Amino acid sequence: MADFDTNPTSLYSIKGIVILDQDGNRVVAKYYDRNTFGTVKEQKAFEKSLFSKTSRNTSADIVLLDGVTCLYRSNVDLYFYVLGSTRENELFLDATLTCLYDAVSVVLRKNVEKKALVDAMDTVMLIIDEICDEGIIMETDAQAVVQRSALKSDEVSFSDQSVSQLGFSFIESANKQFKWSLLK
Amino acid sequence: MSGAPKTKGAQSSRMKTNKKDEESGGNVYAHLDKTSVLQECRAFNETPINIKKCTHSLTKLIYIIQQGEPIGRTEATEAFFGVTKLWQSKDVNLRRMIYLAVKELAEVSDDVIIVTSSLTKDMTGREDLYRAAAIRALCKITDTGMLQTIERYMKQAIVDRNSAISSSAIASSIHLMRKSSEVVRRWANEVQEAVSSDNHMVQYHSLALLYQIRANDRLAVNKLVQKFSKNALRSPYAVCYLIRIATRCLVDDDQPDSSVFTFIESCLRHKSEMVVYEAARAIVSLPQTTPSEIQPAITALQMCCTSPKAAVRFAAVRTLNKVAMAHPNAVMSCNVDLEKFITDSNRSIATLAITTLLKTGAESSVERLMQQISGFVNEISDEFKIVVVDAIRSLCSRYPRKHTVMMPFLAKMLRNDGSYDYKKAIVETIIAIIEENPDAKVAGLAHLCEFIEDCEHDNLSTRVLHLLGREAPKTPNPSSYIRFIYNRVILESTKVRAAAVTALAKFGAQCSDLRPSIQVLLKRCLLDSDDEVRDRATFYLKMLTEASESLIHNFILDGLQVSPSGLELKILDYLRSQTYSSPFDLRTVPVTQQALSQPEKRVPQLVEEEEKPKAPKVEPYAAQLAAIPQFAALGPVFKSSARIALTESIAEYTVHMIKHTFANAMVLQFECKNTMNDQLLLDVSVELEDPDGEWETKDTIIIEKLPYGEVHSAYSLLEFPDSGAIAGSLGAILKFKVMDVDPTSGEPDSDDTYDQTYVLEEVDVNVSDSVQSVAKTAFASAWEALGDDATREETFQLSTVENIPDAVKKVSEILGLVPCERSDRVPEGKTQHTVYLSGVFRGGYDVLSKATVAIDPSDNSIAMNIIIKSNEPLVSDLVISAVV
Repeated sequence: MADFDTNPTSLYSIKGIVILDQDGNRVVAKYYDRNTFGTVKEQKAFEKSLFSKTSRNTSADIVLLDGVTCLYRSNVDLYFYVLGSTRENELFLDATLTCLYDAVSVVLRKNVEKKALVDAMDTVMLIIDEICDEGIIMETDAQAVVQRSALKSDEVSFSDQSVSQLGFSFIESANKQFKWSLLK
Repeated sequence: MSGAPKTKGAQSSRMKTNKKDEESGGNVYAHLDKTSVLQECRAFNETPINIKKCTHSLTKLIYIIQQGEPIGRTEATEAFFGVTKLWQSKDVNLRRMIYLAVKELAEVSDDVIIVTSSLTKDMTGREDLYRAAAIRALCKITDTGMLQTIERYMKQAIVDRNSAISSSAIASSIHLMRKSSEVVRRWANEVQEAVSSDNHMVQYHSLALLYQIRANDRLAVNKLVQKFSKNALRSPYAVCYLIRIATRCLVDDDQPDSSVFTFIESCLRHKSEMVVYEAARAIVSLPQTTPSEIQPAITALQMCCTSPKAAVRFAAVRTLNKVAMAHPNAVMSCNVDLEKFITDSNRSIATLAITTLLKTGAESSVERLMQQISGFVNEISDEFKIVVVDAIRSLCSRYPRKHTVMMPFLAKMLRNDGSYDYKKAIVETIIAIIEENPDAKVAGLAHLCEFIEDCEHDNLSTRVLHLLGREAPKTPNPSSYIRFIYNRVILESTKVRAAAVTALAKFGAQCSDLRPSIQVLLKRCLLDSDDEVRDRATFYLKMLTEASESLIHNFILDGLQVSPSGLELKILDYLRSQTYSSPFDLRTVPVTQQALSQPEKRVPQLVEEEEKPKAPKVEPYAAQLAAIPQFAALGPVFKSSARIALTESIAEYTVHMIKHTFANAMVLQFECKNTMNDQLLLDVSVELEDPDGEWETKDTIIIEKLPYGEVHSAYSLLEFPDSGAIAGSLGAILKFKVMDVDPTSGEPDSDDTYDQTYVLEEVDVNVSDSVQSVAKTAFASAWEALGDDATREETFQLSTVENIPDAVKKVSEILGLVPCERSDRVPEGKTQHTVYLSGVFRGGYDVLSKATVAIDPSDNSIAMNIIIKSNEPLVSDLVISAVV
């Protein structure tokens, strides 16, 4: 088992990377420390208390919760968290969070919202994988992370499903307009 | 259009998904069903591969595993084999998702090693984007045996020019260090080469791996630090890591190299904020630093306090908070900066700042700070509330007069909602204040009484009831507390009711005027529904109505002062012997210093105090001694002394002694360690010689073989001399035979041995070895209860000590008695002080002592009058002999 907490020279320092939505529901979560976050129940309970502590303050910030240093940053309807060991230099964690946010932001073309993030789920998973490997910080340069993970940025929005959905919503809005014109 | 019905069907299903989308807030992944996802994964087996569909299904599969969906071994294996089919596709994105899937499935699926060759091919291929990820996936599924086959590729990858590949290989090696460290160690040269890489992360990872490879070799680590501290590393991460290694060196080394410290200090002027903070944090965490060494680090932290980044401010304040414990004066210079943080929008920072100020601030600012805290205490997490409570506790012991401000504040916090740990911290703080400060007692007890009126934690209720039983009878108006306690008997759970009955009995025992009313209350408890409560009530009622004062005292107030494990052992022995003609003798049970009911003291701690392994508390040697048949006849151990070194710590052979006292004998345990790697010691024993000829060694146990680096124990059995002496000093010589061995293999060079001796320090046997310190909760009544026939008194001058606290400490050490009722705390500026000491002499005789120490202001000479009482004249004589 990797040593997250006691050994000061251990490289394992990221206990988890979590993205929640504006209601505190999990969008993506990747936990590395199985001592602290062994079961889904523990994870969800932690996310709940984490969200209740951080949702009021919308800017970028830091909080210490249950012996875990949590850095977070929010945008529109998403909350990005990096959960680190308390012995880790907070600036390392800060760099990790910044990298995560920036990389996601580049991939989503600055449109950091839940809908866009869910559509690019595979790329987001790759980004998280490139930033952290089993708890070791792999890379904190957002540009490098994007290069290594965002391989098909063009295709994201034009998969089968999204085209048909696009069409459907178009028909629906046309329908509505038609109704309104009748009512007038 | 091929047909309208089809479109309609598609539409309705789309509507369904849309509806589902709305429920889950637009997240299609939120409510994935495992079965349907696995169903979708069947598409992997189709040819040709539909890339988009497969990528999407694969993403879902990875997603459900990552989010913790339990997945069976067969299901996982089936999915895994599906994934392997996807290797046919050349799509880059799909391939990357395959690697992710392999890593996620590695632990839940069987036969993952079948993809080794595919991964090896990708790892050595031309596509850089594949290579890095393939290395990590491969290392995840490989085992030690397989690792050797890819060793060559790993070595190449470590020094690859592409930073992603190099980093991946090194990070994977760090994971592998845990299971196949032997193989990874062989890559040290490549790793060392990677340290000189231009890439920041590669440098950081490789330095860390290099250190882990060499961590066991202190010399090599020192060299590593020396080398890299001179030629500057480019990566701030690597520099931070080097600081961590350097700190380790400084902490572990007995004679640390001053250049290492100079290096850390020089990092305070590094251009990266990250490194500056790391260095400052390292310096303040070092043990034994002088104020002048710490000052530059504090200044650096002060600079960090002004950073616009919340993380930096938080880090700086958290570190300052920690330093404030050890060096409050050094942090004082930051007070102005910390004051600014009180209103910081980040509550964590504000709390840390205030608690730091509470530790360093002046008495006058306490009220203002408390005001500030109470403004937002409800908004912060319980963890931080505990930090605040601990700060208040340390403040109270520094400024005892401020309890009038603190007590109401704590009481208010106690009334608010909170977790058990939080409530516990508050209750403990109030208890600590009551114990330290007699002026706060009445107010504190009143708050606690109010607390137990409405307390959902049984543990805390019983704690408070115990305290009430002990402290409240000594207050001016004890009867006012009885109502609170009796209410508990009516309303609470069994555990609390039982504790309340005991507390009532203690009132009855100590306040004779209340005794009749207590008896009435206890009579009512006889009808309780639980038998434990009834038993207690019956017992106490009987004691209070019929027993003598001394019995009441022994059985109600003091409780059992025996070691639980010892008691269990003795009772088992008694039951096994099957002879019940004589009653069980409690005096044969070894006593302990702490009464059974005494709760463990919680040390106030900061948020993330490192967990220290708890020292084994309960007779660590009892089991060792019990295993030796020669000592079985001696009975239970009465007392074991601390470890005493009989040699210098750097000697060739080190010996530590532990004295075990039995009822009529002593066993000296010698823990011997051989630090010579070219010698094997045989037949090791310690020979004792008493110049006065009183003590004689009755039995010895030798160590037959003592190889290099191991610790074994030799024993000597001494009986207490017939002359009645219980003190003495004996010469000790370590005797052994030496056999020369080969330092590397440990094999003997030849069978030749030669005798050798080694003179040890003298072994002292003292009176205190025969006395176990056992505190009395009510000293005065215990003193009265002992008769006057075995009282000895002595007055003498003390020349070796300079002040009263030292004298008090010395006398309790010499006698082996423990101060009661906190009488060892000498108020400052007093010229006379009386300390109450108590203990138990071997064989179970109580020994009490009153020692009055006075200092003559004219020439600072110290005089002491000591009175010793016990229930056996001979014991008093022996104990007093220790001081004259």
